[in-house]
Amino acid sequence: MAEVKEYWRWKEYNWKNPDINWQDAAVITAGIDVGSVSSQAVIMCDGELYAFSNMRTGSDSPNSALNAINWAMADTGLTQKNIHFTVGTGYGRVNVPFADRAITEIACHARGANYMYGPTVRTILDMGGQDCKAIHCNEKGKVISFIMNDKCAAGTGRGMEVFANLLGVSIEEVGERSLQVDEEPGPVSSTCVVFAKTEATGLLRSGWSTEKVLAAYCSAMAHRVVSLLERIGMEEDFAITGGIAKNVGVVSRLEKELGVKALKTRHDTQIAGAIGGALFAKALVEKGKK
Amino acid sequence: MITAGIDVGNKITKALILKDGEILSRAQTPSGFVQKKAARDAFAEALKLAGLREADVAYTMATGAGRNEVTFAQGRITEVGAAARGAIKLYPEARTVIDVGAEEGRALKMDEAGKVIDFAINEKCAAGAGSFVESMSRALEVSLEEMGPLSLKAEKAVPMNAQCAVFAESEVVSLIHARIPKADIAKSIHKAMASRISSMVRRVGLQKEMVMLGGVARNEGFVQALEEDLELKLLIPADYPEYISALGAALAAAEKAGVK
Repeated sequence: MAEVKEYWRWKEYNWKNPDINWQDAAVITAGIDVGSVSSQAVIMCDGELYAFSNMRTGSDSPNSALNAINWAMADTGLTQKNIHFTVGTGYGRVNVPFADRAITEIACHARGANYMYGPTVRTILDMGGQDCKAIHCNEKGKVISFIMNDKCAAGTGRGMEVFANLLGVSIEEVGERSLQVDEEPGPVSSTCVVFAKTEATGLLRSGWSTEKVLAAYCSAMAHRVVSLLERIGMEEDFAITGGIAKNVGVVSRLEKELGVKALKTRHDTQIAGAIGGALFAKALVEKGKK
Repeated sequence: MITAGIDVGNKITKALILKDGEILSRAQTPSGFVQKKAARDAFAEALKLAGLREADVAYTMATGAGRNEVTFAQGRITEVGAAARGAIKLYPEARTVIDVGAEEGRALKMDEAGKVIDFAINEKCAAGAGSFVESMSRALEVSLEEMGPLSLKAEKAVPMNAQCAVFAESEVVSLIHARIPKADIAKSIHKAMASRISSMVRRVGLQKEMVMLGGVARNEGFVQALEEDLELKLLIPADYPEYISALGAALAAAEKAGVK
């Protein structure tokens, strides 16, 4: 049987901060974000990012959470016994059996974005695998208001995966490829991902290049989330988290439409929720909750 | 007088030839990406079946999402108008028409003359159209034609959380992994989609009798789920539910030609 290339599949990986020695830390905490598509585990030493893993969520949440934490701890010598407090978050947060507490992903994302982008962030757009949220927060990373779409794949990572597969372009290259057009086409007119697929097939048949179709889809996705942001109101500074934040095709079009630049971060944009969880865990340890 | 109705749907194009109120022939072809060609092909096939030439047709009326592509037609009528005319011709007692095609769902309320009073439409989201069942049948690895009969064998339905067709596909896969029988999953799929169509019908008002048209009317599993949801029996032109709008267009063509 011929091997079927899975264009939607993004790179799973783990990371360790070489400048931190966990044995020196007073408080070690973990945040586990079990999303509908991806799971992340973050380990922090005294509130500094020490290690993390980023992987695909399996069909079984408890296992995904365990796999994520084990991978984050790989080659560190850490065991779960060394972790003082663990917070579970995300869509599958109630299925993190070893967590000391579950906290909503909205609160964790705001808290994590505050760490990743600094205290000036007021509006966070989290573009996840199966939902999209716009969050307002204060300088402490506390949520003031939020709205979300979790009903429809348009404007989510899942929708982008469907397109990557349809066009045979690796999900990690979609953004760059979508910028390789001489002239920016109008957005794909169908909102629904199912209908947009049919529309894209028609555009390809009429002679559009793959890049042009990708440009039209990235532009449609940007437009869709702009309307979500307009509903909640844009207050700068602005940051984007989640997997789509890595897609320069969507981000640049979104910035253009909003007339606002998104803040940059050296961290992986997918770990915001897990970082927030680990920071909440630290605060809870300090309050003597464990 | 001989007239023709051509319904260019998002997925299938239908042509129907009418002579003095009697259907002479009907033909269909996939709409593909060149709808004008699909309209030509379906029309030519219908003419052939009726043993006629194009010159024998007094008036051709186009309807459907791609009706503007049918440049050879003399007139055009909206999908809603065509569905109402076709339905009232077959069922004079009908006051509500539910029309579910591949990429659109529609509910309309009409008077005894087939004049449309109000209507609701979904053309934005696959969750309320035939595409939804089609996507789910792929996830279930069952052919679209089998979905209806399979669903009738269900013992119970399980709740489906996802509304979006893309998300529901993943949910169906996890239901299969959870060893829920395929028949029960099929029933759940039809039930979920029926509740979306029924809320559209409720928006225009539950007025009896109700007719269901469109390709999805061939899916007896969906029809059963919708009848259970609405708590009534639907009138269905079972032999050719997808041709009723083309019929309506041909009837409208006859009216036009008559007063010309």
